[in-house]
Amino acid sequence: MIFSDPLLFAFSLLNTGAVLFLLVYFVITLSDLECDYLNAQECCSKLNQWTLPKLIAHGFLSFMFLIHGHWILTLINLPMAMWMVYEITAVPSGNLGIYDPTEIHNRGQLKRHMRDCMIHLGYYLVFFFMYLYCMIVALLKGDPINRDDQFEIDS
Amino acid sequence: MAQQNLPNGMPPQMVNSRPPFNTNMEKPPLQFNGIHSSHSSRDSSPSTRPGQQVPPSQLPPMRSTIPPSQLPPSRSPTNLINQKMGQLNVSNSNSRFNTSTPNQTLQNPSGLVSAFSPINVPKTDNSAGNQVFRQQLQQPPPPQQPQGNHSPYNSQGQNRTLINHGVPPYNHQIPQNQVLPNSQQTPHVNYNPPFQPQTYQRPLVNNHNQAPPHFQTMSQPKPVQNNNPVAQGGFNYNAAPNMNMPPPPQTQFKTNLHSNRYPQSQPQQPQPNMNPPQFYQQPQQQQHSVTQHGFNKMWGQDHVDLLQTPNILPREKVTPPKVYLGNEVLDSANCSPEVFRCTMTKIPESNSLLQKSRLPLGILIHPFKDLTHLPVIQCNVIVRCRACRTYINPFVFFVDSKRWKCNLCYRVNELPEEFQFDPVSKTYGDPSRRPEIKSSTIEYIAPAEYMLRPPQPAVYLFLFDISRLAVESGYLQSACAVLLEELKSLPGDARTQVGIVAYDSALHFFALGEGLSQPHEMTVLEIDDVFLPCPDNLLVNLKDRADLLTDLLTQLPTRFNNTYDNSSALGPALQAAHKMMAATGGRVTVFQASLPNVGPGALTAREDPSQRASTEVTHLNPANDFYKRLALECSGQQIAVDLFVVNSQYMDMATISGISRFSGGCINHFPLFKASRVLQNERFERCFRRYLTRKIGFEAVMRIRCTRGLSIHTFHGNFFVRSTDLLSLPNVSPDAGFGMQVSIDESLSDVQSVCFQAALLYTSSKGERRIRVHTLCLPICATLTDVIHSADQQCIVGLLAKMAVDRSMQSSLSDAREAFINVAIDILSSYKLSLNMGNGSSSLNAPQCLQLLPLYISALLKSTAFRTGTSTRLDDRVKAMIDMKTKPLSQLIQIIYPNLYPVHNLEEQPIILNSEEEPIPQPPHMQLTARCLDSKGAFLMDTGEHMIMLVCPGVSTVFLNEALGVRDYVSITDEMYELPVLDNLHNQRLHQFINYLNDEKPFVATLHVIRDNSPIRIEFFERLIEDRLENALSYHEFMQHLKTQIK
Repeated sequence: MIFSDPLLFAFSLLNTGAVLFLLVYFVITLSDLECDYLNAQECCSKLNQWTLPKLIAHGFLSFMFLIHGHWILTLINLPMAMWMVYEITAVPSGNLGIYDPTEIHNRGQLKRHMRDCMIHLGYYLVFFFMYLYCMIVALLKGDPINRDDQFEIDS
Repeated sequence: MAQQNLPNGMPPQMVNSRPPFNTNMEKPPLQFNGIHSSHSSRDSSPSTRPGQQVPPSQLPPMRSTIPPSQLPPSRSPTNLINQKMGQLNVSNSNSRFNTSTPNQTLQNPSGLVSAFSPINVPKTDNSAGNQVFRQQLQQPPPPQQPQGNHSPYNSQGQNRTLINHGVPPYNHQIPQNQVLPNSQQTPHVNYNPPFQPQTYQRPLVNNHNQAPPHFQTMSQPKPVQNNNPVAQGGFNYNAAPNMNMPPPPQTQFKTNLHSNRYPQSQPQQPQPNMNPPQFYQQPQQQQHSVTQHGFNKMWGQDHVDLLQTPNILPREKVTPPKVYLGNEVLDSANCSPEVFRCTMTKIPESNSLLQKSRLPLGILIHPFKDLTHLPVIQCNVIVRCRACRTYINPFVFFVDSKRWKCNLCYRVNELPEEFQFDPVSKTYGDPSRRPEIKSSTIEYIAPAEYMLRPPQPAVYLFLFDISRLAVESGYLQSACAVLLEELKSLPGDARTQVGIVAYDSALHFFALGEGLSQPHEMTVLEIDDVFLPCPDNLLVNLKDRADLLTDLLTQLPTRFNNTYDNSSALGPALQAAHKMMAATGGRVTVFQASLPNVGPGALTAREDPSQRASTEVTHLNPANDFYKRLALECSGQQIAVDLFVVNSQYMDMATISGISRFSGGCINHFPLFKASRVLQNERFERCFRRYLTRKIGFEAVMRIRCTRGLSIHTFHGNFFVRSTDLLSLPNVSPDAGFGMQVSIDESLSDVQSVCFQAALLYTSSKGERRIRVHTLCLPICATLTDVIHSADQQCIVGLLAKMAVDRSMQSSLSDAREAFINVAIDILSSYKLSLNMGNGSSSLNAPQCLQLLPLYISALLKSTAFRTGTSTRLDDRVKAMIDMKTKPLSQLIQIIYPNLYPVHNLEEQPIILNSEEEPIPQPPHMQLTARCLDSKGAFLMDTGEHMIMLVCPGVSTVFLNEALGVRDYVSITDEMYELPVLDNLHNQRLHQFINYLNDEKPFVATLHVIRDNSPIRIEFFERLIEDRLENALSYHEFMQHLKTQIK
């Protein structure tokens, strides 16, 4: 499952875009809860089912970079992956997930979740453009006019 | 000069017999738990004292050590005492604790010293000093000591309390002669007569504490007089209420009755002294420097030096501070502190000011409290703010006769025509005549738009655990009997439904169908995927099927006697209950006796019994999310689950309690329950009876609103927070309390006052939708001093306890304990900061409104919930934590710091009249320390649900015969759980007093009368939390610790 670089970056662009959409959904749902349009139970069950897909998407991307030998990209992706793993493992055994309906209104948790989501959002936005740049660089690598040269370089 | 200094009634012969008052003396030793306060302990150590003849008449009775056999195991490191004695070459005279053997009285005073030694040794490390001391003491041997010492309390509880108890004269007297060379002492100018009017600061304190301290204890104590206006005027218990009146001659006998000091030393003399018994001693607290004094005067605020004030507890019940809004009408309209209370009576105007004061800001609310006067109104339009939906309340502003301005969001609203009509006088006009404007606690009968569905019938489902452990505990007998009796008085209308399910490893449903002659039992063995065996007849109408229910309840206790099923399928039973009640909602009552170990929600024993005393407590959090998830589902269907836990083994309260915590239920715990134990069974029955008959509100929601600029960020209690300010309470009960933490988001400097409004919408058991609204209004203040002096110590403690429970669950117990201490340090530091004092002061000052805070915090550190080092079962600890979260404040304070009263002289106490014009004696509140006990007394400790009466051996036979109705001391058995009703004054007063205490409780407390020499006395003594426990600091040590920490 080795892609060429442009393909890999195109995939990461898609992946990051999807996560971005998911994060926007998180933010909207949380602010709905804040404004009382949604009750805590609904909100938390909606969000909790998407936390694992988010981690998988991110982890898979890091893994892809790893097997493609993009060490730097892997390394800068790793802290976020580790943070997400920590978030999931740190959930107390009695809680229903990262977003617990009984606690979300307590001790400013809602604000904290909102802040976390915003940080995620910013992080992915930066990465989105980074991947875009990387993809363009990868596409431009070699002579874009003379496609044959590129294949020579690759092979 | 000494003469001038005496209290008015002090007769001259006392003056003469008093040792010369040394005016050079800078400072008498300040005693605190029997030791001198830290800075003076060295100077006042006996070695520095010149000898002084003590008049024999003033000597206390002999003291001797307590035989090890009488020491309570948990409190007294006997070997430590012995060791100390050995160190001092003091022989341990094993005198028995027996008042009737006069020949023991003249034993060597060494016994006395040995009692002293544990104090002096750690403090001064000066055993030579003790030796000197002993020699001094030997000079004047007590002349007549018909009674041996009665002070096991001192040396047992903490090996340090001695002085105050039995031998105060020594303590007071010796230092009198001491000329203190140490200049450290000079700021303390007390008891030096010329200074007294100045040093005297605390208004509550009786002036007679100006008497030289030895005076108070030197001579015969005298009972409190009822007719003494001073005693009734709110004076400190310790303040010697009777000092300015010569005792009437007829009180002679009674005097002896409650003095343990010189029981028969001066039998023939008319008792001239004015001195109160030991525990009436005035705290010597006015140790203020002149500077402090000046500051105090300037601010008109008083403070207390905690190090110098051992008896900090006021004589009367601690009353909540009043809120002053600067307008009498509003003040009187404000919400009762019993219902709604804030940690401060003035809100700081900004968050930074709040942070500076280091006080927690929050509210405690008891919304569904049983009230005697509650205005109920029914109207077409309930007037509410259109923007924030606040209910109209006494604190709104009327812009003109047609408009009002909301006091929470400041929107101007139209006033409906109808509102200007006064239903009482039937005229139109001033809207302020309306009950909504007159009272801040009001109940509306809500119109249809406040209902999501028509009011449902009251539905009660009972789940009984019938596993082997449950059958062995025998709870089923008691529970069914009480339920049978109270079936008729269950709150509800004609539609009330009742159902019963029993469960072990299977579910046993009882169909009570029409036409059946007896209940039809259906057993469902399939528990992994629960189903209901028949669609109806499981919940039946109470009126229609009363006979079948009676039949079932009579059969149930014996029906499962022969099961040997060790499994308990709580999870499936709850799922079945959820299915049964999903349509209507209602209340599920679960009796659980063992660890649920089969089916969904099965648990394993997590507790390691060997770790019960360790400092790190694990497993405070739930093991799985099954119960929480189910509770949320129940909450959605308006089902509340209440737990009655009658376990004899670990049953993982931390996990199981989730089902009640999030469904708005309540949890009652009866650890190690056996129906054969009379006291436990009695408590269980009373608790269950109260539970069945108390008011109940169904389908309730509570919304808390507050003025713009404030926000509520954390909620404490049993409920589910459905949205930012909406608490979902499937059931609400009158015994549930809630707490909220508040933060200040915006500056409040442009407003005069802030309001909190709690609106509880519920369906009454009669099927009416009602809204109960409570509004609390608090003024704003701008200075740190104002903030600190507006603190409400009890409320702060209530809130801190709740916060600490959260902390222990999220972080760790040691974190929570540390946080408690830090709170005390922070608050006292910020107070010091507000006083603007330098570091030189040797006192530990606290404002009067916070004087009890350190006491309560030290009590909390020793409470079941937060203690470490003492063996505590995990379930008990978790339950205690749940109590901290859910009990209303008054009950919570009583759990934290039980009330202790002397009851041997009730007929001499001041009296108040209750609503039925019966006289109720008002004995003083006592500190929870053995120092205050008196071997000629009887003491009642009220811990909320249980009362313990300790009868000491020296108590008068009159009290034994008349009040307790026993022949003599030994005939008080260990099983004395009630008092006989006799026709005499002693007995009547005792009953009146106990009934008066019970009136304030949800159900009548159980009573246990304990002899002082019975082994179960430990029950009483382990609750004397001011004393040193195995490895917890005594109150005084805690104060010393705070002192060192405060910069």
